[in-house]
Amino acid sequence: MRTALIRIGELIAVLMIVSFGVFMLVSLLPGDPAVSILGDGRSPEEYAAKRAELGLDDNVIVRYLDWFGGALRGDLGASLIPPQNDVVDRILGALPVSVQLAAMGLLMALLMAIPLAMWSASRPGGLVDRIIGASMFAVLSVPSFLAGLLLIAVFANGLGWFPRAQWVRITEDPLGSLYHSFLPALTIALMELATFTRVLRNDLIGTLNEDYILAAKAKGMPPWRILVVDALRPSSFSLITLLGISMGRLVGSTVIVEYLFALPGMGGVVVNAANQGDYPLVQGSVLVIAAIYVLVNAGIDLSYGYLDPRTRRVHA
Amino acid sequence: MFMPRKQTPEGSSLTRTQLGAVGAGLLIAGLALLVVGWSAPLVLFAKAVLVLAGVVTTSQGLSRVVWAVRGRRPDILVWLCSAWLVLLITVALLAPLLPLGEHVDVASALTAPTYQTPELLSEHPLGTNNYGLDLLARSVYGARTSLVISLLAVAIGTVVGGSIGVVAGYFRAGVDSVVGIFTNALLAVPPLILLIALGTVLDPKIRNIALALALITIPSMIRLARANTIAFAQREFVLAARAMGATRLRVMVRELTPNVMLPVFSMMIVMISVLIVAEASLSFLGLGIQAPEPTWGNMISEGEGGTMQDFPHVVLVPGTFLFLTVFSFNLLGEKAQKRWDARSAKI
Repeated sequence: MRTALIRIGELIAVLMIVSFGVFMLVSLLPGDPAVSILGDGRSPEEYAAKRAELGLDDNVIVRYLDWFGGALRGDLGASLIPPQNDVVDRILGALPVSVQLAAMGLLMALLMAIPLAMWSASRPGGLVDRIIGASMFAVLSVPSFLAGLLLIAVFANGLGWFPRAQWVRITEDPLGSLYHSFLPALTIALMELATFTRVLRNDLIGTLNEDYILAAKAKGMPPWRILVVDALRPSSFSLITLLGISMGRLVGSTVIVEYLFALPGMGGVVVNAANQGDYPLVQGSVLVIAAIYVLVNAGIDLSYGYLDPRTRRVHA
Repeated sequence: MFMPRKQTPEGSSLTRTQLGAVGAGLLIAGLALLVVGWSAPLVLFAKAVLVLAGVVTTSQGLSRVVWAVRGRRPDILVWLCSAWLVLLITVALLAPLLPLGEHVDVASALTAPTYQTPELLSEHPLGTNNYGLDLLARSVYGARTSLVISLLAVAIGTVVGGSIGVVAGYFRAGVDSVVGIFTNALLAVPPLILLIALGTVLDPKIRNIALALALITIPSMIRLARANTIAFAQREFVLAARAMGATRLRVMVRELTPNVMLPVFSMMIVMISVLIVAEASLSFLGLGIQAPEPTWGNMISEGEGGTMQDFPHVVLVPGTFLFLTVFSFNLLGEKAQKRWDARSAKI
């Protein structure tokens, strides 16, 4: 319980620092927001009035506290670029898309990684193992934007199996949504697939050397049953650790994939906002993404205790 | 044990001559596949498969020939990766002196053909882009930018992160927890998001991008250096140095740093490949070095939309450069980690 409290305290400190960093960073923006809203060629008085309206004349700390207070109440200001939508609305509209893509990517990666790893581990050093190992290592070196472009070229434009640049909300048409988001999700999955397979394979090989596996073999259990029933569960523990580590990359590839496939997710929002210098939108999006990311990682940390009793008392 | 004079090479069931013959056969077959794959009038996909098969066969053949000659199986992939990196770095360094086509000045490429497909023996061996700029020259200059940025960033990140890590790991207590919270705060923003946020503010110049990338290397370097310092600080040689009256600074600089250096070095190699990808992603998103100045990322982004469909080489040429480089750094980094950093070798 005490460790949990310390963790929560740390979490709040980290979020405060991140939000301050994000705020300061974007406040250092060269150029005048008033100019970018009103456009060129207005009188100095008009610019001054706009600056005052935006609260840009106040002290930085005051502005930060103002902004952060607003953020806590669910108000992140309005976007600079017309139509000047509410930042929170934009984020709430985009977030489900990103979450769906990331979740689908992760799920697809797991569904492919588990059988591949089991196949590899069933005969370490064999031909299958070496081929899978080499191709996973190669996949690891293909950046997601390149993989995405290649997948589009082959499956969308070349073979015409999948549409591109369309998004169907899962609430409207679940099957259509899965179909339309298949290629982007596959792009996200590839990167994760490679790491998952490699780690799970190593763990499985370790587990397969344990005595109880020998006992199971001696009892005459068929190899597939040993792999699936006896070895998989104890080996899956490090996958969860890996999930935490790979979350940063997952967010990154989701952003790139959304930009590449022109999907209405957080990636498109944040990249376009950054290209246009729409700083309230960048600030808000980065804060929301960081907060989700930190919370998910904290959740993964806390879940160890439930999954593996041995880790419960380590920090005491 | 009795050893026959005509011993078979280590780990092989064949004799030396047999192995050499198999190797030579594979080598020739592989080269033939490469030539056919490159020049045959086939669909791009079939060509790619043939070339890939050629590369695999050639390297297997090469490996067996060396195996037969030296009596021990070489790690051919490591040699190939090192060779690629040496070649790339040399070419990138010498780029202004080499007889390359035009890489950036659109006006002087007005007479050149646009979207020319790769033709090895022509004036533009790897083809041209929509302005008629030479893709080989652009890829080489892209390598220059990419390598300069990532090496600079890794150097800054390692020096700053490494020294903070050693200090935090040696003093523990107060310093450690403050450093810990800042490291966590930096790690709390996913790397690419941090880069995009920085990209909003910073002028996309080599120096600024290198600094931004250094910022994402710092936290992981701090963690690595700190963990290793903690492990080494408990060893006898540190105690001995302290007992002989060494100051804390001396212990950190002369005793701890050299030991922490090896795992940090292997991390550096892996980090370079991460940063090359990060830089390329940033350019791809339009937030890095701006076109027409070439980087692999913005060259690949030229293939967005329908261009890739009609002129696949616009993406495939810089894509291959990027892939080979990232692959090589990954492979060498992984080997280095297995050798010098037992803990992180697993992932």
